[in-house]
Amino acid sequence: MALGRIQVQAMARRGEVVEARVLIRHAMETGFRREADGRAVPMNVVNTVACRHAGREVFRAELGSGISANPYFAFWFRAEESGEVTVEWVDDAGERGVASARIEVS
Amino acid sequence: MRRRRFLRAVGAVLAAPALPAAAQAFLPRRDLAALVASVTGGATPSREGIALEVPALAENGNSVAFRVRVESPMTESDHVRAIHVLSERNPRERVALFHLGPASGRAEVTTRIRLAVGQRIAVVAALSGGRFRLAEAAVEVTAAACIDEGT
Repeated sequence: MALGRIQVQAMARRGEVVEARVLIRHAMETGFRREADGRAVPMNVVNTVACRHAGREVFRAELGSGISANPYFAFWFRAEESGEVTVEWVDDAGERGVASARIEVS
Repeated sequence: MRRRRFLRAVGAVLAAPALPAAAQAFLPRRDLAALVASVTGGATPSREGIALEVPALAENGNSVAFRVRVESPMTESDHVRAIHVLSERNPRERVALFHLGPASGRAEVTTRIRLAVGQRIAVVAALSGGRFRLAEAAVEVTAAACIDEGT
């Protein structure tokens, strides 16, 4: 499974808007690169990243080759209940990854 | 005769790696306004209440800091639905599309983008009421990002 992680603060008040930071390990092959022997490296990028919290999607990104290798995203969400903040992604080869972080809401 | 044929063959081999570089130099400038219109459906976007943060000068086009921030209460009735990131001269014009909603709480996204050459970047925010906002910025790239080299 593809490597990645999500970071959020450990605690929040209910309704507080908190930041989530996501880092995924991926080459984000553009499809324009060639091997030393001239063979084209096929395009393979993380094309979708989606983050859920408290049963709702809080962020979703559709990506192309214009995002840097090892894609990084910081975005915000409303902390509604204690539980997981889960991010899932998939690349052009169909490889999926998932990472989550726990947040305590008081 | 044989020598001539040999030189021609060597010349062809030497010329081959130069082709991607030529392709790189030929990255036509798109009409950003037309790209924006394709997203807004022709509606005129407001230039208020949206900020695009990119460096004016990027040393490495392979990783350029990018942040977009839209002023919005992010409530059920008034929020940012999506943010489109559009490129003037990358090989592919659509850099990213971010979907947000009331659960996002704040309309702000940070990432790192690739720029094949110095160019203008546009961000278009689609609001829940069917209105749009637009911000543009120009980025100069010193070590031009390679489209034929990795990372």
